[in-house]
Amino acid sequence: MTEQEAVTETIKAEEPRIGAFICECGVNIGGAVDCQAVADYVATLPNVTTAVVNKYTCSDAGQAEIKNAIKELGLNRVLVASCTPKTHEPIFRACVEEAGLNPYLFEFVNIREHCSWIHMWEKEDATHKAKEMVRMGVARAAKLEPLQSSEVPVTNKALVIGAGVTGMQAALDIGDMGFQVYLVEQGPSIGGKMAQLDKTFPTNDCSICILGPKMVEVARNKNIEIMSYSEVEEVDGYVGNFKVKVKHKPRYLNIDDCSGCGLCTEKCPVEVPYTEFNEGIGTRKAIYVPFPQAVPLRALVDKSVCIDCGACSKACERGAIDMEQQETFSELDVGVIVVAAGYQVYDPEPQHEYGFGLYDNVITTMEFERLINASGPTMGKVVRPSDVQPPKSIGFVQCVGSRDKNSNIYCSSFCCMASLKNAQLIKEKYPDTEVYIMYMDMRTPFRMYEEFYNRARDSGIKFIRGKPAEVTETEDHNIIARVEDTLTGEIVNLELDLLVLSVGAVSTESTEKIRQILKVSRAADGFMMEAHPKLKPVDTTLDGIFIGGMTQGPKDIPYSISQGSACAARATRFLAQGKALTEGITVKVDEDICVSCGMCVPMCPFQALSMEEGKLNIISALCKGCGTCAVACPTGALQQSHFKNDQLLAQVKNVFAYGEV
Amino acid sequence: MAETEWEPKIVAFCCNWCSYGGADTAGMGRFQQPASTRVIRVMCSGRIDPLHVFNAFLEGADAVLVTGCHLGDCHYVNGNEKTEVRYQFLEEMLQELGLESDRLHLNWISASEGERFANFIRDVTAKVKELGPSPLKPAGVS
Repeated sequence: MTEQEAVTETIKAEEPRIGAFICECGVNIGGAVDCQAVADYVATLPNVTTAVVNKYTCSDAGQAEIKNAIKELGLNRVLVASCTPKTHEPIFRACVEEAGLNPYLFEFVNIREHCSWIHMWEKEDATHKAKEMVRMGVARAAKLEPLQSSEVPVTNKALVIGAGVTGMQAALDIGDMGFQVYLVEQGPSIGGKMAQLDKTFPTNDCSICILGPKMVEVARNKNIEIMSYSEVEEVDGYVGNFKVKVKHKPRYLNIDDCSGCGLCTEKCPVEVPYTEFNEGIGTRKAIYVPFPQAVPLRALVDKSVCIDCGACSKACERGAIDMEQQETFSELDVGVIVVAAGYQVYDPEPQHEYGFGLYDNVITTMEFERLINASGPTMGKVVRPSDVQPPKSIGFVQCVGSRDKNSNIYCSSFCCMASLKNAQLIKEKYPDTEVYIMYMDMRTPFRMYEEFYNRARDSGIKFIRGKPAEVTETEDHNIIARVEDTLTGEIVNLELDLLVLSVGAVSTESTEKIRQILKVSRAADGFMMEAHPKLKPVDTTLDGIFIGGMTQGPKDIPYSISQGSACAARATRFLAQGKALTEGITVKVDEDICVSCGMCVPMCPFQALSMEEGKLNIISALCKGCGTCAVACPTGALQQSHFKNDQLLAQVKNVFAYGEV
Repeated sequence: MAETEWEPKIVAFCCNWCSYGGADTAGMGRFQQPASTRVIRVMCSGRIDPLHVFNAFLEGADAVLVTGCHLGDCHYVNGNEKTEVRYQFLEEMLQELGLESDRLHLNWISASEGERFANFIRDVTAKVKELGPSPLKPAGVS
């Protein structure tokens, strides 16, 4: 018998002495549940040594009371009835451990989220339910057994998925802390959406002028390995020990030989009427460098339009072109993963919102960013698509694809400021242009944002509180927006040369793919979900995986960068410690009962089970403790620790009562 | 409690990562629900054993809910696919036993779907209220 088994046997042999701590959580629980009545009831249940009410069990005083009770009353099980284990289980497990109790001898009952908050006005029902929930917990607590978490070494490298401004920041911070980072970007260059923006609010800095140096810094950082034009295909493992398969898409040239000189592009005869970087506006060649400031500054071939004429190969002095190039794969070992996979702007085309896709002179904010950008397809000259003439009047429509029951109900948060910025840029560049912003509410929180809004008002931009009810086109392709100014009650028909739709942010297919690979939760808005909306804004429920920037939800650049840094700090904790604790919950087999039928083996998605010489072999390091295999066991020999049949059935039995509670 | 309207007792098995989180989110959003349901947390819906479900009925459950992550979202790759297979077996067995189909439900609820969780509890409770107590409920059990 091992020491561990000996401890388990001792605990099992002892009569359970359960201490139940019922938390009022101020009025959060106490407002709906009569906690004293719950404690009085619980004190009458078998194996309960003490049952007390705390104002806040998680407070210092509450935790001290638990520790004291363990020592003074000789408790060997602790039950706390308060909030969700998702946030507070680790706190109480640590608390009982400090008092010398195995952390797995702690039982949590959620009488807040699952009781007081959902029966706020049914005090009698809520109290009755809370009593029963705690009764279930007491029954389970009596059956709990001590378990050991094991310490695993952490591979001191990080993976950052997505090299937009958030991912770049995370990679830089982790790199600067001395750890190696793989920065995987699906596009041919790092930089993300910020590289496409013209100016940034509220300072109107040129976006690429502040981002470009950061991109170079990333490339120069010795600890960062950029994997551009690459995608994460598979992720396996757990905190500290992730195995990642990365696909490198073929650029059809050798990235080490290419210098990004552009000679190949000059010679390429294929002109493509589409540019990714310029939101489709303008043309590029079949072989092209994504944009002048691209990092890495390397070309790539668009094979879907290439005619294999060989002109690029002849032009390339360094012999970099390789039309036979195949996709390759890398296997990476990393300890932590930061996801900053980004977003896309809402596409108004399928619904033809405000005539988008029907009328040439209705464009999106991102298209406008490229039009007004000095290195954009028009060299910064704002023209309208139908006749390439400068518009004399421009309207911006806010909340397109945001705050709309027909598309997305959330606020995308950056679009008000983006339109205020773009409207001001127009006024600066072409002071005679009439500029209108049609909005529901202008939302401008944070430092210097409201001031920015006031400046826009002072500059002569006209604000109309209302969104167009109807958008039509005149014969000369002007746009008529029929809109009610809800502040005056007046209905106006604005004739505009150009209408810019201030589109919101949505998650992307590629981000969704990564979410599914990593099994991060999805929030109702389609973005990835953090572990806690306030306390753990960049953590996920998965140890060692962090999310930041637009991946977590719409936000502006400063907020994204903060989250990038936050992800780096949270992730580096594991790398710096060099070790992580794994969950003690695994499956174990009772060899005396196991009949070696092997039914459980195919149930395990992690290959933790195998039959060897007629005996079931469990590799605990691979077991993630889901318990799916235990269900398949016909004899009950295979049990998931902490969720054993007798523990669950004790809970089931105690849902019900004979007579009055 | 005795004089008030009969409230069914429903046992809901929830997986740690999705549906338990959905129940939490329902709480955070203060989506009010009938006090009919008792949640039992397991790590994965794949841990929900038909044995647990039958036991719940035999102990007195008026309905049992089997819940987990949406297909494709399982924290343990495909535990919920196994749940689905086992659920089909359960459904057939309960039919054989003569239990009404509204007493057993399978639902995939993500951690963000608080409102969905609350609506689910409301709907099932209303249906079971119409059916009345389970015929398998032992006498004297509440």
